[in-house]
Amino acid sequence: MNGGADLGGMQGFGPVVEEAEEPNFHAEWEARVLGMVVALGAAGQWNLDQSRFARESLPPADYLTFPYYRIWLEAAQKLLLERGMISAEELESGRMQRPAVPIKGRLAPADVEAALRKGGPVDREPEVEPRFAAGEAVCVININPAQHTRLPRYARGKRGEIAHVLGFHVFPDSNARGEGENPQWLYQVRFTARELWGEDANAADTVTLDLWESYLRPTS
Amino acid sequence: MSSHHHHHDDDHSHLDPMDARVRALESLLTEKGYIDPAAVDEIIETYETRIGPRNGAHVVAKAWTDPNFAQALREDATAAIHALGYQSRQGEHMVAVFNDDTTHHMVVCTLCSCYPWSVLGLPPVWYKSPPYRSRAVIDPRGVLADFGVVLPEGMAVEVHDSTAETRYIVIPQRPEGTEGWSEEKLMGLVTRNSMIGTGLVNAVDERP
Repeated sequence: MNGGADLGGMQGFGPVVEEAEEPNFHAEWEARVLGMVVALGAAGQWNLDQSRFARESLPPADYLTFPYYRIWLEAAQKLLLERGMISAEELESGRMQRPAVPIKGRLAPADVEAALRKGGPVDREPEVEPRFAAGEAVCVININPAQHTRLPRYARGKRGEIAHVLGFHVFPDSNARGEGENPQWLYQVRFTARELWGEDANAADTVTLDLWESYLRPTS
Repeated sequence: MSSHHHHHDDDHSHLDPMDARVRALESLLTEKGYIDPAAVDEIIETYETRIGPRNGAHVVAKAWTDPNFAQALREDATAAIHALGYQSRQGEHMVAVFNDDTTHHMVVCTLCSCYPWSVLGLPPVWYKSPPYRSRAVIDPRGVLADFGVVLPEGMAVEVHDSTAETRYIVIPQRPEGTEGWSEEKLMGLVTRNSMIGTGLVNAVDERP
């Protein structure tokens, strides 16, 4: 979606400011949010792409100004409510008022190490041959879905070149809609800075994006 | 973190509103059986103490000293990094990009905060914030200047936008004057930013 999260190429945010000796967390609640969000993955009530969509669909003004872990918190809360895992009344009171919904599992402390090690690989057994090969010129489609996509605005309609065939990966656009994994070939696609930004860009510079096959068309 | 708002829940009136809110949510999720707070503790502990940029520094120093490992990293970074023991969430699909005399690599996630947790730990705030995410792709040299990095004349910048589950680690150039250094000693030179591409590795740390 063309929301507050799709930031590539926006201007006016000022310089990048690095904090010296930055801690992982700036308040205890930030650490708890990180831990809770990771732990809730085991409940199996949403997938990674649904979680991303919950974050990027926050009102842009909120997305751009909230501390990052607050974005995670608001999104997790939205998913918990949507799935009926908690009610608005429970959220208000902080106390259980109706039975829990069945979940896939609750992450036990002893299983944390194994769960983190396992992660969530998204490569799948290829079902077809890749349509494109390294070195091939491609054109990116122009879409503006109100739903989740991993095709940023700044690359839509641009011409690039396949740099690498990365693998056969779950397609986030359909996975976020709960329509299945629909795995596709994923490519690293290289664009010149001038193709993306015009003639003022440095002639030597390039940008790569990792794009799924259905985002791409042959140029001829 | 101070705020002008007053929280409704008197039990938590002494807490920062965000702390109070998150505490209330955690106790609700615990009461409903969705999470075990001890597992939350364990996750936090893992990223506070066990998974961080030292993992990535090991990968880089090994690539500098072991040509076979460097080659393996180019061909299949996921397998090479997993073989060093760094197999973990947000490192399931790795790509290593090597800086050389002609190209400097830099990594961003314009759409969210994708970052190679398995080798760098949790991302710093600047990496997740609008100034970096917006500008890294349109003005990478301006961003590098913010970090005090000026590249030699004629060097190209290639920015990698992490739009999929592929996670990128930059293998910076090995600084001159480090011939014969041990892997351990080299590791000490490798900064987190050099593995994101917003820093270079210097034999003598010139940062203030």
